[in-house]
Amino acid sequence: MPRRRRHRRIVAPPGFQGYKPYGTVGESAEHISLFYEEYEAIKLADYDLLKHEEACELMGVSRATFARIYESARRKIASALVETREIKTVFGNAVLDNDWLFCHNCSAKFTMPSNLTEQKCPVCKSDKIDFLNKLKI
Amino acid sequence: MKTAITSKGNGTSAQFDLRFGRAAWFCVIDDETGNTEFFENDCANLSGGAGIKASEKMAELGVAKVISGDFGPKAKEYLNKFNIQMVILSNDSSSIETIISKLKG
Ligand SMILES: [Zn+2]
Repeated sequence: MPRRRRHRRIVAPPGFQGYKPYGTVGESAEHISLFYEEYEAIKLADYDLLKHEEACELMGVSRATFARIYESARRKIASALVETREIKTVFGNAVLDNDWLFCHNCSAKFTMPSNLTEQKCPVCKSDKIDFLNKLKI
Repeated sequence: MKTAITSKGNGTSAQFDLRFGRAAWFCVIDDETGNTEFFENDCANLSGGAGIKASEKMAELGVAKVISGDFGPKAKEYLNKFNIQMVILSNDSSSIETIISKLKG
């Protein structure tokens, strides 16, 4: 029986849609799909320098699941570097944190504290804003 | 209302700092008068807890909105608690004055 896929919580999506090597010699193999939760695992562990206990708690997964996601992320990034493959980020099993909004006009991402009544972009004042987790990237 | 922007240096010609807890400086703008004030982040080099310290500093300065390139999970938790709005401008290599003029529209 296939394992039931659980949704994982991630804090914010990556600020890019992909990475492409340049100055490569010869043909590159097909691109690698990096899941949002894999990006998040790398960010929490290697950028925010959290302990794995804290990171798995933030992502809402068990320690073992976190270790698996993190390992998979590292291997994907390593093969992208060594095999000069393009990286594309895809949704994966991630559910984005509900707190973030996105402005269609200026691309700012922001939170909306409950004491604010004006539902506008805090940078350009546009009202073309959406919850990030509703966007299909 | 006050807005803070993370800055790499002391002055509005300095570059926007994409880090929050480890930002070099905080530029605080008074939205009414348009005056700017710069505060050096003395916790930028802490090995841990810089995000929490920076969030507390924002609350202490009476900031309602913080503009940076990224917020760590701890910073996010604290800023949320203080009802401080977080704004992320990614891949933005602009100067502080450019961001201020964007805010003025
Ligand atoms: Zn906007």
